[in-house]
Amino acid sequence: MIMSLVSYEFLAFFAAAAILYYVVPKRFQWIMLLAVSFLFYAGGGAVYLLYPMITAVSTWFLALRIGRVDSAAQTYIQEQKPDKEQKKAYQAQIRKQKKRLMTTGILLNFGILVVLKYTDFLLGNLHVLLGPEEGAVPQISWVLPLGISYYTFQTMGYLIDVFRGRYRPEKNLFRFMLFVTYFPQMVSGPISRFDQLRKELFEEHPFDGTQFTFGLWRVLWGFFKKLVIADRIAPAVATITAAPDVYDGIYVLVGMLGYTLQLYADFSGCMDIVIGVSQCFGIRLPENFQRPFGAKNLSEFWRRWHMTLTGWFREYIFFPVSTSRFCRAVSRLAGRLGMKKVTKKLPVYIANLIVWFVTGIWHGAAWGFILWGLANGIVMMVSQELTELYRAFHRRFPQTDGSVYGAFQKVRTGLLFSGLLMFQYYPFGTVFAMLGNLLATGRLSQLFDGRFAELGLTAADFIVLAIGLLLMLLISILQETGSVRQKLAARPLVVRFAAVFLLFVTVLVAGCYGHGYNASQFIYNQF
Amino acid sequence: MRWKKPACVLLLAAVGVTVIAGLQRLLMPKYMGQVVEGNFTSEYYEETTPHDVLFLGNCEVYENISPIVLWREFGITSYIRGNAQQLIAQSYYLLEDTLKYETPGVVVFNVSAMQQFDQDNESYNRMTLDGMRWSASKWNAIRTTMMEDEHIIEYVFPILRFHSRFAELEADDLTYFMKSGKVAHNGYYLRADIRPAGDLPVERRRSDYSFDSRSWEYLERIRALCENNGIQLVLMKAPSLYPAWYDQWEIQIEEYASEHNLLYINCLEASDEIGIDFATDTYDAGLHMNVYGAEKMARYFGPILLGLPGVYDRRGTASEGIDLDSVWQEKCDFYDQMKASQEEEFAKLGYIKQFYIQ
Repeated sequence: MIMSLVSYEFLAFFAAAAILYYVVPKRFQWIMLLAVSFLFYAGGGAVYLLYPMITAVSTWFLALRIGRVDSAAQTYIQEQKPDKEQKKAYQAQIRKQKKRLMTTGILLNFGILVVLKYTDFLLGNLHVLLGPEEGAVPQISWVLPLGISYYTFQTMGYLIDVFRGRYRPEKNLFRFMLFVTYFPQMVSGPISRFDQLRKELFEEHPFDGTQFTFGLWRVLWGFFKKLVIADRIAPAVATITAAPDVYDGIYVLVGMLGYTLQLYADFSGCMDIVIGVSQCFGIRLPENFQRPFGAKNLSEFWRRWHMTLTGWFREYIFFPVSTSRFCRAVSRLAGRLGMKKVTKKLPVYIANLIVWFVTGIWHGAAWGFILWGLANGIVMMVSQELTELYRAFHRRFPQTDGSVYGAFQKVRTGLLFSGLLMFQYYPFGTVFAMLGNLLATGRLSQLFDGRFAELGLTAADFIVLAIGLLLMLLISILQETGSVRQKLAARPLVVRFAAVFLLFVTVLVAGCYGHGYNASQFIYNQF
Repeated sequence: MRWKKPACVLLLAAVGVTVIAGLQRLLMPKYMGQVVEGNFTSEYYEETTPHDVLFLGNCEVYENISPIVLWREFGITSYIRGNAQQLIAQSYYLLEDTLKYETPGVVVFNVSAMQQFDQDNESYNRMTLDGMRWSASKWNAIRTTMMEDEHIIEYVFPILRFHSRFAELEADDLTYFMKSGKVAHNGYYLRADIRPAGDLPVERRRSDYSFDSRSWEYLERIRALCENNGIQLVLMKAPSLYPAWYDQWEIQIEEYASEHNLLYINCLEASDEIGIDFATDTYDAGLHMNVYGAEKMARYFGPILLGLPGVYDRRGTASEGIDLDSVWQEKCDFYDQMKASQEEEFAKLGYIKQFYIQ
């Protein structure tokens, strides 16, 4: 098992890595990072390193081949100076060659991902299709390397970018391996682009005390979110979501909100640690969250939540699919059938549904996740269709431009996001029933009927959670006007010390870690 | 003023360390309620005079023999370094630790610990090991005996283990913030309540009666350590009726003792000779002796120990200029006071509410 980012082992590993990183000559810093990344991943067993290596080597090789084909083509054009027709034919031939190489890489690596992650899901569905009388279809239960979805997406993004000629391929295999296996981000992202990360990873980083301190502060904040909030709320959420027949009525709402807060604190906490650790190395990673609960509609929410994944889908699925020949043909067909209103929208909607289907299945090999993804897509498409209606509504009621209505929109979006998450944890058949149950029977008084006391949380847990959530909200509000760390850094030493020390002591004392707590991995490590 | 910032940083760091050290002390269990055993290990370091006899082992030692009676009636200075479910490896490292402070003439090791090498309850490890002073012996004791889900760093910084107690702090945590109260009598856990031995669980048949090879390894290490320090090692089996002490185990220990020319005393077999009455001398139905049984054990052991090299009647003598009589008189008074207090409480309530004197 790969060490958790909130384990003692990781802290020791990080400390040792940081010391070595700044002790070795700066030109060897990236080699140092590669070595510790290998060590980090191999800690879970050699098999954990095998799959990323296959992905890294195959992608590096194929990208290099694509690059060589490109170079050869340029040389040919420069030297032979073909006429327009010849050039066009030659370029088509080159594109075909490159496409073949890219397709090989995509099939191989997404193939590995599909086989490892989705075989049991497919076999399970096959079993249902064949019917139980046909006998049980065996499950294979492959060893799933942690973070396979992240590094596969990251490397495939690289391959596609090289194919598109966005940048030259990396010639040094070991440098490319570092891009794939860079240890803080490998298991949970953020999913980075090579042209963004290359400079960060390979340039020399002299020790910068301010950056290092900022990095540590962010790591501490991540620990707070994960250990004080997410892991403390987790048992109650698990109890509620696992027993819909017991926890109905108002508890459906409690479960929804609890799961959303857990998910946010867990995943954004993980990102804070990953980005903070990287900042200590002088490496800037892209952000994955931008105060999502400040979004006024679901589309905006998804532009602020898991931003690198949604960005990846937009770049490598949505745009290619919506501009594909297939979509254009469907669009034309709709036009011929007299459906002129939807002609332009159809490619967007097709691409949207595909993106959200993939988003769903990326999150989990289960129908619940697929339905959750599609539900998000459908809600956004409906919302898009109703744009004119919204505009008319706002024109009719201009007071809806105010902050009160803005707050309502934020709450509504948060509830919508939370509600859709029910697809992830309730069986599909019960989602609407539970929602109906909440609306029909949900009463605040149910919170005092004894079931609340059985959620596994003590009075101290509730106090810690309340303070933790308030602090998280406060920081989020402060972030709206700029970096909180910058603001803190501008304060006198005693104030800085008091703030950081208080946070440290809170994590130390009120964190869910060590003996008596189930050491839980980050939720988003499982993808 | 160039020194101002570094001085401020140092001061804040000192404040931080002090606060965390204070929090750690506050959050660590004080073992001053119904479970007082967690104080036994640390109490040893308060001793001001050396001992001729050191008892090592688990609850079969620290509840079954009274060092106060050994002194009072035989002039033997002794100490028990025993804890709840103290593993043989922990006994070895506690012996190693003891030798840093003194070299007793005799070490008596209770062999019941041979039957279990791995710990099955983290609390027992903490009660045994937290009180040890830091040394290579403590480090090795932790490394050897900690359970799979334990981390050595949680021993180095116990706040990492006990942080969750913030929600269950009691008045005792403040009362004993600076120092826990004294609960044992040279390592002896005094119990003056009585619960006669009754029906015991049926002995479980085992497929294999061999002791774990690691238990043998540590017994051998104890023997070698004693031999290298000129200490006479004595093996004993306490008169506990349960858990069962199988004949097959007895044979293995007898063979080992005979092979290495060690004295082995099976007090369970000699319980009639000792005069133990399992209707009055046990406080938990035959598992452990109460004070009356422990005093009988001391009276049985006294003459045997006095016959061994390095064990003397020390009454009326001094050690490093300290008058032993006055040191032990204080211990006797504390013992008598606690015994009387428990007897009174037991007579009044039928059980004992408090195992220490405030």
